[in-house]
This record gives sequence, structure tokens and C-alpha cells, in this order.
Amino acid sequence: MAIESDVLVIGGGLAGLTSAITAAREGAHVRLLSYKQSTLRQASGLVDVLGYTPEGEGPLTDPYEAIPALPDSHPYRIVGVDTVREAMGLFDEVATDYRGGHTETNALLPTHGGTVKPTARYPAGAAAGIASDDRDVLLVGFQSMTDFDAPHVAAHLRAAGVPFDVRGVTVEFPGDLKADAKVTRYAKLLEHNGTVSVRGNEQGARDALAARVNREQEDEPRVGFPAVLGDEDAGGVRAALGEKLGAEIFEVPSGPPSLPGLRLEDAMFDALDAAGGNFESGNPVVDYDGGDRIEQVYVEKNGAKIPVSANEYVLATGGLVGKGVESDREGVREPIFDCHVPHPEDRYEWFDLDVFGDHPFALFGVDPDPELRPLTADGDPEFENLRAAGSVLGGFDFAAEKSGSGVSIATGYHAGTVAAQEAR
Amino acid sequence: MSDAEDPSFDPVAPNTGDSYEPVDVFPDSDDFDLRPGADSCYKCSICDTNCPVAEVDDDFPGPKFQGPEQWRLKQTDDDYEIDDSITECSNCMRCDDGCPSGVPLSQMHNTARGQYVDEQMSKFSLKYWRNRILANYRTSARLASIFPRTANFAMNFGPVRWVMDKTMGIPNERDFPAFATETFRKWWQKQGGADASRERAREARERRGEPRDADKKIAYFHGCYSNYNTPEVAKALVHVYEHFGYEVVVPEQRCSGTPMFANGMLDDARRGAKVNVSSFADLIEQGYDAIASCTSCSMALRKEYPELFDIDGVDAVAENTFESIEYLRIHEDLKGEIEDADVSDELAKEFAYHAPCHARNQGLERQAVELFRDLDNVGIEDVGESCSGISGTYGWKSEKYEKSMKIGEEMFEHMEHAEGTTGMTECPTCAMQMEHGTGYEVRHPLELLEAAIVE
Repeated sequence: MAIESDVLVIGGGLAGLTSAITAAREGAHVRLLSYKQSTLRQASGLVDVLGYTPEGEGPLTDPYEAIPALPDSHPYRIVGVDTVREAMGLFDEVATDYRGGHTETNALLPTHGGTVKPTARYPAGAAAGIASDDRDVLLVGFQSMTDFDAPHVAAHLRAAGVPFDVRGVTVEFPGDLKADAKVTRYAKLLEHNGTVSVRGNEQGARDALAARVNREQEDEPRVGFPAVLGDEDAGGVRAALGEKLGAEIFEVPSGPPSLPGLRLEDAMFDALDAAGGNFESGNPVVDYDGGDRIEQVYVEKNGAKIPVSANEYVLATGGLVGKGVESDREGVREPIFDCHVPHPEDRYEWFDLDVFGDHPFALFGVDPDPELRPLTADGDPEFENLRAAGSVLGGFDFAAEKSGSGVSIATGYHAGTVAAQEAR
Repeated sequence: MSDAEDPSFDPVAPNTGDSYEPVDVFPDSDDFDLRPGADSCYKCSICDTNCPVAEVDDDFPGPKFQGPEQWRLKQTDDDYEIDDSITECSNCMRCDDGCPSGVPLSQMHNTARGQYVDEQMSKFSLKYWRNRILANYRTSARLASIFPRTANFAMNFGPVRWVMDKTMGIPNERDFPAFATETFRKWWQKQGGADASRERAREARERRGEPRDADKKIAYFHGCYSNYNTPEVAKALVHVYEHFGYEVVVPEQRCSGTPMFANGMLDDARRGAKVNVSSFADLIEQGYDAIASCTSCSMALRKEYPELFDIDGVDAVAENTFESIEYLRIHEDLKGEIEDADVSDELAKEFAYHAPCHARNQGLERQAVELFRDLDNVGIEDVGESCSGISGTYGWKSEKYEKSMKIGEEMFEHMEHAEGTTGMTECPTCAMQMEHGTGYEVRHPLELLEAAIVE
């Protein structure tokens, strides 16, 4: 026997979650297997669709307008622009704490590096920081948190030509947290207004922080913080600080470890649970049985191989960084099903000599048919019942195009929809 | 010309010349080589976001420091002493599950904690002996179960507890778990042990239309708690497995070592592991699988043993150990039976389910919810991914009691929001904490499974 489902999704990132939620909402019995925790913890929480063309033109105002001009092999062209729209609609239903769905045009959001990023959706917590707003901004950093240097970020934003005045100040976080305090520690203290000692007086951390920022604030109507303002009730933290400061409060999205990413992870898993989907994490899928069709896969747990079977499979294991695509001196491969990954034979053709040049490796991934089934070198589907979604797909450079989230959502949605239909 | 095109260049053979003298950077030792793991860390800090201790205590430097960073410090400086904060780690092992790079964080923590206790902790200190007594729960439980009623009275008698708190640092606030008047092993003997189980399994197979001599047999690792404190869980396991036609044997066994790892008492743990591995490896060779009903016990046999001890048979035991319900999901149509079943006794109610941290790395965090949400007359709700905070003996130390309760706060809140007022979990100490924080009665999934499918 094996543990059975209609649809088995391998991978717990944005693509895997989107396809699992889609298939579960279509009525399929779905199981999602994630080797490790969701990679959303490493994501900034901004959800882009397309910020720049492959030629580097941009920032784009309307990503949907640019999609028909992308190369035929781009995942957006394979699923079609209408599917991208529908998929973003599903995302809006699931991620209720997200903004930007009211329009097809990109929003411009400041990042913790002081750049301005074109993005299709953004967390409600980042909304007041939007860069096209001309109201002045005060950025507040914490001395113990060196990842976010507010004066430096402000200087970068000024250099980027934002249409407002922006100042950055660094304050001591009340309670003098240790220099290596974790983002979760800040979030917990702020969410519960936890007691801290300020010059011998016991105070709520949130109240004490507001008092400190109040002294630094001139009359900026917007105040931005690093993204540590609470976890489960981030909205409550912003509202409480906003009331004390008489300003709109926002978080500046950051790199890993990222609370906005973690909150999105929670929202996606809640949606999967609500749709009746099952999931588990902690152990890798390492092998499979099957010929033209995959019959079952094996999850490895400390040497034991646990059989898990389904009618339809979705491969959403990520790209070169996520380990869904692996490489060594000999070649580039997809490790679970050994799907074909097109790449030049000479590995000196895999990269560009210019560090920020157009690296061919950025486009490495499986090459799918219109149903997103990975194809062999001869152009036939590797398996009848395997579809791929997200960064394991080739043909797009998410880092340069700012398209990683959108491709994951669109291909995840498409793979999940087709898998659920086929599983019936 | 690139080096790939240079015919004299062979990347496989080191081109060092004759004068090359290899330097052994890390001399031979019997320890497990943690270097590849330490090198795999790329400092994303996802482990730190998983740490329940660091979330409530910024003095705790978190798993990234305790693991790869401290390991490197140990290599570069012979006089490096393990940081005292290693004793603040609760060994929840959540960092392992978070690491996208496969760094064996809990193995590093266990190793460092063992070294700390061996070399830096005074063997004459009260704390050492308090920890050692807590870690060797089986020893105290065995004594207490000789006179269970007396022990139950004495262990929760106010003045006794006041003295224990003041002298030993065992928090007054907690209630000691009650000892059963009959241990599981005594009950098992009275039932006729393995021979009688074989008979019952054969009858069940006939009833199920399976061959009378089908090769279905398991060796039960009951652990200490379901032997001395909750034999109803162990009995449920026997009833459920025999219902599916499995012969059960209950071999000689010691503590799995979970509380010893968490207290850095690796010698005590190794002694127990030797007995357990020898006893279960023999049975595995005869075709048995090892089954545990406590997720920390199964975690120890599966993961901590092979990561920490080089004992004959340790890998065979790890590969063939399963959690009790997981095993049935793999080998039986458990879902089908549950869909056809219903519960009409006192367990027909709503449960607030908490997944123990040690169930997570085994991929079992959603198993109970997945199974029981299709069970008639029963409701089950996951109370979220937070840690219960007790972490075995951790919350049983006066100096850590408050921290343990702070960690548990989120779970208590979620339990109170859940519809059910009965808790459910696989872990005996999580169950203590759930009960302590909410006053709810807490049951094991096997008890509900027994109520649903066993006649």
C-alpha cells in the first residue's frame, strides 16, 4: 500500500502552494509534500508579475501589456496572459491581507536596500510606503538591527529620485535587545506590547517605541520601520503605533529571515487547509516508480522509503537555488524524476563573464508543453501525469525580470487546474 | 582558453606536484564529522525564526550560533569553552526542519551540550543532579510505580513540593503526572504476552479475510510514559494493531534517551540506546518493525541514535522504526476504515489538536487532523504551529518555568479559541503543558482510533 491522494504536489513554495490550493478548490484530494519549510520565509513578501522585459526595459507600468511580446518559451507565453490574470485573481482571494489587485498596473515599493521595486501585489503592511505617494516619509531603524540602516536607505531613496522628502533615523529599541535578537523577538514584543525595562521603568515595548520615535518625528505623515511589526496581528501593531504617532505606519520589506514572507506562508497554508488539502514537511521525495506514468514516489525518512501515490503529480521543487535543479561539472539535471534540462554541453557557455551580465544559467530549467508537462530532449512528455510549476521551469530570468512570484502563481495555478481535471 | 579546454588540466586529480605534503587540519577522532554540515550554512537565519526560545528571550543566541558558529569556534581555539547558553536550548529540533541547506543543527546542539555537561558542569552541583534525576525519569517512575497511590499523594503534597522547589529547582506550579496503578507491562503479561497476541492477530486476520499466517508483526517501543503513567495509550495501540491482524511483541527496553539528550547526559543515553538497539535490531532481523506511540521516542530511534551513537544495528533500527499511526497509514486502508466508522462513546466530541515539535521533522504534524476530520461525530482543529514550551524536562526546571509558559502562551490562546475543550497530542509532556495551561483533559490519537475502529 501507499499513502494515496488524487493530486500530489512536491514543493512547498509559492508555486507548490498555489497549485495545491487550486487543485483542492477544484475538488481534488490533494497532498503537498515539502522537504523543508516553505521558501516563502526567504521571500520579501512582495509579489511581482513582471517588472522589466528580458531586454531590461522598465520599470514596466503594465505587466500584462508586455506579456504577449515575451519569447515563446517564457512560462507566461506557455500558459497565456488570461491564465496569468485568473491566477492573480486566485491569489487575491487567498491572500486577503494583500493590496494592488484593484489595478493591472505595477506599484512602486521601497525596499530595505533603498531601491524602488515595481511589483503587482504588496502586503497591506507595506501599503503606506508606496513610492508614488508624495507625502514625506520618516524611516526608523533600530541600533541592534544592523540589517536595516535607515539613514542609508533614505539616502538611497533620495538618490533614486522619489517624489517626497525622506529622512532616516536610528533609535535604540526599548529594552536594549541584544545585537543578535531575532526578528521574531521584536515581533513578539511589539505584538503583545511586552514589558521591557526603560531606564528602570517597566513599560510596554510598543508604547516605549512610539515615545522614542515621537521625539524624532518632525511632521512626516508616514513612518516606516523594518518588517518586524508583529506576526499574527501585524495590522493591530501598525494601528496602535499609528495612533500614537499620528501617522500612517508601514514596513519596509526585507531579505531573509522575512516576517512578511512568513505571514504569506501562513495565509497560504490556511487557505490550503480550508480547501481540505493535506500537507507535511520535513522529508524529501527521492525516487519514483513508473514508466510512461508515475505510479508512486518515495519519501525518505532516516533511511526508510515511504511510498506515496497519486493520479497526478506536480513538480514544484524550485530552481538552482531551491535545489529543484542541480548542476555539477558534468551537467545540469532535475534530481527526482531526471527530467531533461536543456543546457549547453560546454559549461563555459553556462555563464557570462560579466557578473551582472545575462547568464544563460538563469534560464535553466525543464522545458514544458502547453499543459506544463516537462519534455524530453526529443520533445515528448517525460510522463503523462507530471506537471511542473515555478522556478523548476526554464525560460525566464526571475531576478532580472522581477517575475518570480508571478510565474510561480500562474504556472502553479495552471498545473493545479489541469492536474485536478485529469485526476477526476 | 578556459581550463576545461586545457588538455593538461584534470580537475579530478589534485595537481600538487611532488613537494606537496597534505596537512591534516582536523586530526582523527571518533566523533561524527560535523564539518560538511557547518560548511553548508549560508546564514539565512531561517533556523532562528523557528526557535521558540529566541522568540521570548533575546539573551538566547539562537540555533545558528549554537550550531554551525559554535562548532567553528571550537575548531579554531583549543581552549574554547561551550557557551553556557547551550543549556537554554530546549531541543525542540525545529531548526532542523527549517534549514533549507541540510545543516544538522540538532546534532550539533546535542554534541555541544554533551561536551558542556561533561567538561564544564560541576558534577557536585545541585543543578547537575536535578537534571540527572529529571533526565532519568524511568528510574524514579519505576520506584514510584511500586507504590503508585503513595507516590501520587507524596509527589503532589504541598510541603514536599515546596521543599523540592526550594532545594532542587523543580517548580511548585506544576502537577506531577499520576502513576497508573498497573503498568502497561504488567497488564501485557496478564494478557498472555506475545503468544496470546499471535492468536488474537490470527483471529483478526481471518475475520478480515486475510491469510491466517500473514507476515504482520511489530515490536512495540512503549517508552516510559505509556508504561508507568498512561497505559491506556499503550493498550489502545495493542488493540488497534491486533484489530488489523498484527502480532505484537513488547521487548526489553530502556528510556529512548530524549530527556537525556536535552540535558546533555549522553553517557546515560548511550547506555539505554545500547539496550534498545540490541533488543530491536534482533527483532527487525526477524521481520518485525519497531513501532512507537510517543513521537519523541520514535524521533530518538530514527534520528538521534544514528546521529550520535555508533552502535551495531543502529541504522537498521532507524530505518525500520515508525510512529504508530504513520505505519498503519502506509500498510492499511486506515482512511477507508475511518470513513466507515463513527464514535459514540465519551470520545464523540471536538478536539483541539497540538502537533508536537518532534512530530514535525517526521512529517507527522498533520496526520491526526487529516485522519480524524472525516470521522463521524468527531471534530478536530489544529491549534497552530507554535511550540507547547515544556519540551520534556525543560519546563520542569524552576529557572525555566516562566520561559516555558511564555512559549506556550500562543498555544494556550489558540486552544481556548478552538471549538473543542478536549486536547489531543501524541507527546506526553506536551499533553502535561496543554493541561497545565488550559485545564483541558488531553487524549492521544490512538485512543480515538481505538474508539472508532476496534469493536
